[in-house]
Amino acid sequence: MVGAACALYAAREGFDVTVVDRGPVAGGTTGAGEGNLLVSDKAPGPELDLALLSGRLWADLAEEYAQAVEYEAKGGVVVASTPEGLSALETFAEGQRAAGVLAEPVAADRLHNLEPYLAPGLAGAVRYPQDTQVMPALAAAHLLRASGARLLTGHTVTEVLRGKDGSVRGVRTDRGELHAPAVVNAAGTWGGAVASLAGVTLPVLPRRGFVLVTEPLPRRVRHKVYAADYVADVASDSAALQTSPVVEGTAAGPVLIGASRERVGFDRSFSLPVVRELAAGATRLFPFLARVRALRTYLGFRPYLPDHLPAIGPDPRAPGLFHACGHEGAGIGLSTGTGRLIAQVLAGGRPGLDLTPFRPDRFSEEAV
Amino acid sequence: MTDGPHRLAVIGAGPAGLAACLAAAARGVQVTLIDAAPEAGGQFYRRPASGLGARRPSALHHRWSTWSRLEQGLAAHLEAGTVEHLPDHHVWTVERTGQAPGAGPGFTVHALIGPLQERSVAVRADAVLLATGGYEKVLPFPGWTLPGVVTAGGAQAMLKGGLVVPGRRAVVAGSGPLLLPVATGLSAAGVEVAALVESLDPRRLSRAAVALASAPGKAVEGALYAFQLLRHRIPFLPRHTVVEAQGEGHLEAVTVAALGPDGRVRPGTARSIPCEAFAVGHGMIPHTDLAEALGCRVDGVNVSVDDEQRTDVPGVWAAGETTGIGGAELALAEGHIAGRSAAARLHGTAPDPSPAARVRTRTRRFAAALDTVYRPPLHWADQVTDDTVVCRCEEVTAGRVREAVTDLGAGDLRTVKLLTRAGMGWCQGRICEPAVAGLTGCEQTPARRMPARPVPLGELARAGADDDESHDDGNDHAPGRDTQPPKPTHP
Repeated sequence: MVGAACALYAAREGFDVTVVDRGPVAGGTTGAGEGNLLVSDKAPGPELDLALLSGRLWADLAEEYAQAVEYEAKGGVVVASTPEGLSALETFAEGQRAAGVLAEPVAADRLHNLEPYLAPGLAGAVRYPQDTQVMPALAAAHLLRASGARLLTGHTVTEVLRGKDGSVRGVRTDRGELHAPAVVNAAGTWGGAVASLAGVTLPVLPRRGFVLVTEPLPRRVRHKVYAADYVADVASDSAALQTSPVVEGTAAGPVLIGASRERVGFDRSFSLPVVRELAAGATRLFPFLARVRALRTYLGFRPYLPDHLPAIGPDPRAPGLFHACGHEGAGIGLSTGTGRLIAQVLAGGRPGLDLTPFRPDRFSEEAV
Repeated sequence: MTDGPHRLAVIGAGPAGLAACLAAAARGVQVTLIDAAPEAGGQFYRRPASGLGARRPSALHHRWSTWSRLEQGLAAHLEAGTVEHLPDHHVWTVERTGQAPGAGPGFTVHALIGPLQERSVAVRADAVLLATGGYEKVLPFPGWTLPGVVTAGGAQAMLKGGLVVPGRRAVVAGSGPLLLPVATGLSAAGVEVAALVESLDPRRLSRAAVALASAPGKAVEGALYAFQLLRHRIPFLPRHTVVEAQGEGHLEAVTVAALGPDGRVRPGTARSIPCEAFAVGHGMIPHTDLAEALGCRVDGVNVSVDDEQRTDVPGVWAAGETTGIGGAELALAEGHIAGRSAAARLHGTAPDPSPAARVRTRTRRFAAALDTVYRPPLHWADQVTDDTVVCRCEEVTAGRVREAVTDLGAGDLRTVKLLTRAGMGWCQGRICEPAVAGLTGCEQTPARRMPARPVPLGELARAGADDDESHDDGNDHAPGRDTQPPKPTHP
């Protein structure tokens, strides 16, 4: 998804773009994502600024592609089960409002007007009208097509070519060389491996997540609904399993249930304990789901960087190399802003956001 | 290890599962035989429900004596308490619940029970034997969704299990050894079989004759079918394929055409055959969901096993169609070998050589030879028009599937699914996956479908917790079940 967005905005800046992927379109983490475009889970800071920029760009794209990419501005609802949880949530929301986020408190007695099937006895919630959803694989495929970029799927990059002066001059793939004065690393969870082909380090680690998919239902979950402790899990550094219920309906009918986070490498095996916790969390939020059937599960690997911020921008260690990866669980949402910023710096202009917090060389060697 | 006899869970009570169950139980292992059907026998030994009062179910089967032997063996073990049979149990996953260090592997089998498969129960075991069989490969053609079009196996199941026939006049088509018994079975039940349409070129059969002749039982069986086709006066159309099914609201006729040597339909050969029922089959695909959930290696679409039918996951055996489609005789041999091996390994010894090994070698060779001759026509996908629905669950047409590859950059089945929703519905692509693979030229790979059956979220949330462990039948402490909740395997 991030690569597709980079291709789109770079092409709009007039660049001749080739997209290289060892797999098919959306074959990595994009195809395993829920397609969240969220501001609600982000504390004020550079990531939230990027999310707000991205949200505006998604809204622009939606004018043309809303239907093709299943763009749905349904809004998010973050619920708190206890009064303490609610006051922490409201404090968090206040900070977000100061940073430009729309965040509306919802009293306990109004909650069921928003989400009629929510469990009784919740303390209250905050509604985030800017939270949006797209279908990520469709979004990546359609933005790529719209970019007009040359698409080389099934081509594996084996080397980043460097000139005598150290500057990047293209890539070698298993099917030949591609020459270009600029190479953008949008390899997501595998971004660290691509960086190392250029001789630089970028400590991207996989953070596994499962999603449960139910049978198709008439719309009963209207927003993206999640428990307030999700925000703490997203920001956590722990390698151990964390789950917090995230429940949302989709345009196609099934309800999607997340979210688990664990650092277990690229282990693709089914984990009943994780899926069991997801089901338990979801049925606590929405008791009617207990009788709804789970049809499948899927898993993906979020590209995780130690400070939870992506790497965006030029790499001073390898002139001509740009990074656009490490967005953890927010890559779909943050892709448009990332693509726009990359296109701006590729064109030699001033990026619309300060890229300092996203510097790819910000990690010391010891952290790697 | 746990106290008492070693516990083996056999999943599937068809030929492989039954043979495995009897072999293991005879060697001192406590077996829990878990199966989705109300009665043991699987698809092969499917019988009319007892309430239907069939006087001679053997008339619908060959090798009835083998079945009688299995049935009597099972009855004796049930009587002795060395086998527990859990019918109507729909397994949705098998979990490795590794025990204390040094205690060896342990497993929990999770199955749905109840009239709506609405409750989940757990069965604990020291080892698991997967005999989950296979399911039919379905390839679409224009009109295939019309009422009256059934799969060949479906027609046979209707005949064997319900003593019902799908219509008065039928056409049987496709490719594979199942078509002959379906055609003759329908005919014996009083259906007029207007044609048996087989895409195979019989000359290819003769080329494979050396391998085919190595299985005398099978050759005799084949000759019997040929005789029966004659006896039932069923017109046989080799090197022909289905072009489309026609009808207003219900099937009225099918159009078939001759195939050229290049595997394409020969122009000008199409003809329409009026019929009420159309049974079409293209062979089988192994059920590998549970093996994949356990992390067993799958080669192509077959669960990979060694000489003892062991998978690469310690404590997990596999036998029958799940390790490769080969028919009931092979399944019986593999099941027997697997059951012997499981018993020996659970007792800490190596299995004695089994005479079944020779049968296995011979029937595997035969199955491999059949597999090289019975293939869908090379260009079957040419017949599928863009408006033909390929994925029935999600109503995805062939045109949209093709577009995902040509316009949107899909390069494998997963991406085609993501971009079109083909395979995302109730059946999770079990029906449409071979079709999508054929239409797009993508390789068919193990699909990692978990859970293996749709599970209510409330049951999923409790799976493995203590109130999940008991049945309603007052038999909570039967061997093979454990009323203790398994220890959580995460912090």
